[in-house]
Amino acid sequence: MNEPPTTRPAVQGTVRPDDVRSVFDAVSKGEAFETCVHPEVAEEDAVLEVSDFDLWYGEKRALYQIGMRVPVGKVTALIGPSGCGKSTLLRCVNRMNDLIDSVRIEGDMRLSGDGIYGPKVDVIELRKRIGMVFQKPNPFPMSIFENVIYSLRIDGERNRTVLDEVCERSLRGAGLWDEVKDRLQDSALALSGGQQQRLCIARAIAAEPEVLLLDEPCSALDPIATGRIEDLIEELKGAYSILMVTHNMQQASRASDYTAFMYLGRMIEFGPTESIFLRPELQETEDYVTGRFG
Amino acid sequence: MVWLTGGSLALGLLMVFGLFGLVAIRGFSTFWPSEVVRFTTESGEVVLGQVRGSEERLLTEDQLQQLEDQKGAETVAAVRANGDRTERRRVRSVNLFDTDKNTTAWFDDFELEGSTAGLDGAWERAIERPEWALTVERYAEGRYFGELVGFRSGDTVEEDLDAAWAAFEASRARVDEARADWKYIVGVRIGRDLSAATKDAELSARKVALNEGEGSVEHLAAVARAEELGDENALLTKELQAEANTIEQGARDAALLVRNARGEVDEIEVWDVVRAIPANRIGTLGALGVYVDRWLEFLIDDPRKANMEGGVFPAIFGTVLLTLLMCFVVVPFGVLAALYLREYAKQGLIVSIVRVAVNNLAGVPSIVFGVFGLGFFCYFVGGELIDPLFFPHYGNEPVYGGGGIMWASLTLALLTLPVVIVATEEALAAVPSSMREGSYACGATKWQTIRRIVLPRAMPGIMTGMILAIARGAGEVAPLMLVGAMKVAQSLPLDAQGLHPERKFMHLGFHIYDLGFQSPDSEAAIPMVYTTTLLLILIVVALNLTGVWVRSRLRQRYAAAGA
Ligand SMILES: Nc1ncnc2c1ncn2[C@@H]1O[C@H](COP(=O)(O)OP(=O)(O)OP(=O)(O)O)[C@@H](O)[C@H]1O
Ligand SMILES: [Mg+2]
Repeated sequence: MNEPPTTRPAVQGTVRPDDVRSVFDAVSKGEAFETCVHPEVAEEDAVLEVSDFDLWYGEKRALYQIGMRVPVGKVTALIGPSGCGKSTLLRCVNRMNDLIDSVRIEGDMRLSGDGIYGPKVDVIELRKRIGMVFQKPNPFPMSIFENVIYSLRIDGERNRTVLDEVCERSLRGAGLWDEVKDRLQDSALALSGGQQQRLCIARAIAAEPEVLLLDEPCSALDPIATGRIEDLIEELKGAYSILMVTHNMQQASRASDYTAFMYLGRMIEFGPTESIFLRPELQETEDYVTGRFG
Repeated sequence: MVWLTGGSLALGLLMVFGLFGLVAIRGFSTFWPSEVVRFTTESGEVVLGQVRGSEERLLTEDQLQQLEDQKGAETVAAVRANGDRTERRRVRSVNLFDTDKNTTAWFDDFELEGSTAGLDGAWERAIERPEWALTVERYAEGRYFGELVGFRSGDTVEEDLDAAWAAFEASRARVDEARADWKYIVGVRIGRDLSAATKDAELSARKVALNEGEGSVEHLAAVARAEELGDENALLTKELQAEANTIEQGARDAALLVRNARGEVDEIEVWDVVRAIPANRIGTLGALGVYVDRWLEFLIDDPRKANMEGGVFPAIFGTVLLTLLMCFVVVPFGVLAALYLREYAKQGLIVSIVRVAVNNLAGVPSIVFGVFGLGFFCYFVGGELIDPLFFPHYGNEPVYGGGGIMWASLTLALLTLPVVIVATEEALAAVPSSMREGSYACGATKWQTIRRIVLPRAMPGIMTGMILAIARGAGEVAPLMLVGAMKVAQSLPLDAQGLHPERKFMHLGFHIYDLGFQSPDSEAAIPMVYTTTLLLILIVVALNLTGVWVRSRLRQRYAAAGA
């Protein structure tokens, strides 16, 4: 696949195969292996726990035995080559994959201890506890104001003062208030791409979700808009637990506290961002983050 | 390829614009008061009337031979000298054997008196334009053409023509007023209010009979009441009729004295005159006034004389109301059906079959929908369900059991349903999935997503469907003939009392058919056919433009990016 293995420092704690090549080999042969989880992760409180999670698109398997604890109040980045299942995993958290008929899942996910999958779960209520921002800005065809308060509207909230307050708080939270405060009734579609994406973030945080899912939120934006979103993520950290997919290594290293590396539907390594980027335990991770592979 | 495609387009456009141009030119020219001419034919017949069109024709050798047998060598020589060509004109005049009627006939140049001297200019040499020639439109009969010779008022006759005309104009106002009073008494007080009251009383008596039993005390009382009211109303009717007669008699004292083509003087009472036009005297400005006046009459008045004269207001009203009712039915239905097909139904073989079936429904001949509407809506739903249930006291008289504007609009809705479904489905499919996902991610239910995101976004497309439905439905005639369009409808389906969904109605499309193919004098009706067609086209265009305007407003609202 790529360079021959080099000698590496011994890793304490987690299981790792003796032969450093064996992780990718095992993966490509379809053999079992165990995710390399750094010990720091275990010390954090988890807002979202994923265990032994599998997913199939029809016959095609997209996720293999994913296990992961997303720390509360932190930013966790998901990285990995294209098609490795990052979006799929993210969309499992708020059960967006229910919309695809062919999807079949196995395993368990818990949001603050409550099961996400299971016969008794109310998907609508669950989704209200989770905010999601998509790769491409997707403002609704309505005014800026109505966009932001959409989740309150569908709950039937009519109190004007509450709506105004939530709108302002969310737009301030998304760093958009000053730019749009005078034209809240204008169509949201008239905003620039970067503004639209911040609007989508405002919409996602309006209902004060427990987790914020961001799927490559900056990939459709120019560097300046990207910078603004990254600053925003920095500000939102603490108030929200964020799980973010990104292809941009700098972004992952700048903006996130924890990083998970995925490959061909498997979770390969998961640990504090600093360790993943500077002292990864697996050769493969290092190859990926340094751009020698993938 | 460019030439082929472009050529086809050009040909198509040419035909469409050609058709529309023909309709527009003919339709707009109908009401222009053209001059009245008098000429004598070679056989000595005097004709006084209006030219309604002309054409040049080339005679074949056979025709020339025939002509020689009929008219002699001199006539043929004149035609030959003109290069075998002759011009002929269509002239509308009074039928002298039955002055109620009009005659429309072709006159060739070689038939005119003095045409043997040469066809070139024969027409101009043959005709004269009598200064005081009048075109008289009458309420009950056809047009009259004649020369003014005087005006009779009571027993005095004014023979000075200017003074006679002035006297006529002066008496107009008085007679018109009297006629309006008369019309109100006869049409509204007697024809509508009293007869409706009498009928209501009889119906309620029958209702009582059904509820309380035939011959019960209540029934007998109700019958007595109805009879009493009937007698009262009959008396009142008599009184009113007498009043109307007095008004009429009082106003029938003045008449135009007019000389017809044969030289006889006819009397035309002012009471019978809608409009008298001294066509050769009024000049362009006067003609324009008459033109506008006739258009107004056409747009806001009731028809008269077997629909050939007067206005088409009830038909305009019926057409617009029918189309609107159709929209109110077909748009919600079509949208719901499309929503189910696109959003709720599990995509698969069955849905595909349904879709193909819906598309094929659009190809079913419209008369089939008419038959279905008659059988299902009128006879079954109306006749078998609604009438026995809600109107048993009407007996065998159908209320909803016959054609009516509701059944007609439902039939048209069925006819246009495929158009709306297909357009809506396309519009729904065009809503980006990212928007739906965004909504679901906010915790919206499927219905909330559809109502708040998908439908608004698809609205312009749905409007397109509605516009297409209007275009298809408003011009439809065949099914309407079966489900309630009428040649003459006594009352409008919508009035101060509200909507009367069971009433029959007039419709411009049916009106055109009726004028063109069913009227007693179809030659005379042709110009009205064109004008009515023009009006129908303009109304459909106006309805469509409204739709387009609403759609562009919606588009602006959801404009720009994110598409
Ligand atoms: N709706 C779907 N139906 C079938 N297969 C799918 C579907 N969506 C994704 N997949 C497959 O699942 C795998 C994982 O896709 P996913 O979109 O999660 O990748 P990703 O890591 O987000 O990639 P990228 O970085 O390009 O966004 C891919 O092989 C993809 O082909
Ligand atoms: Mg992705």
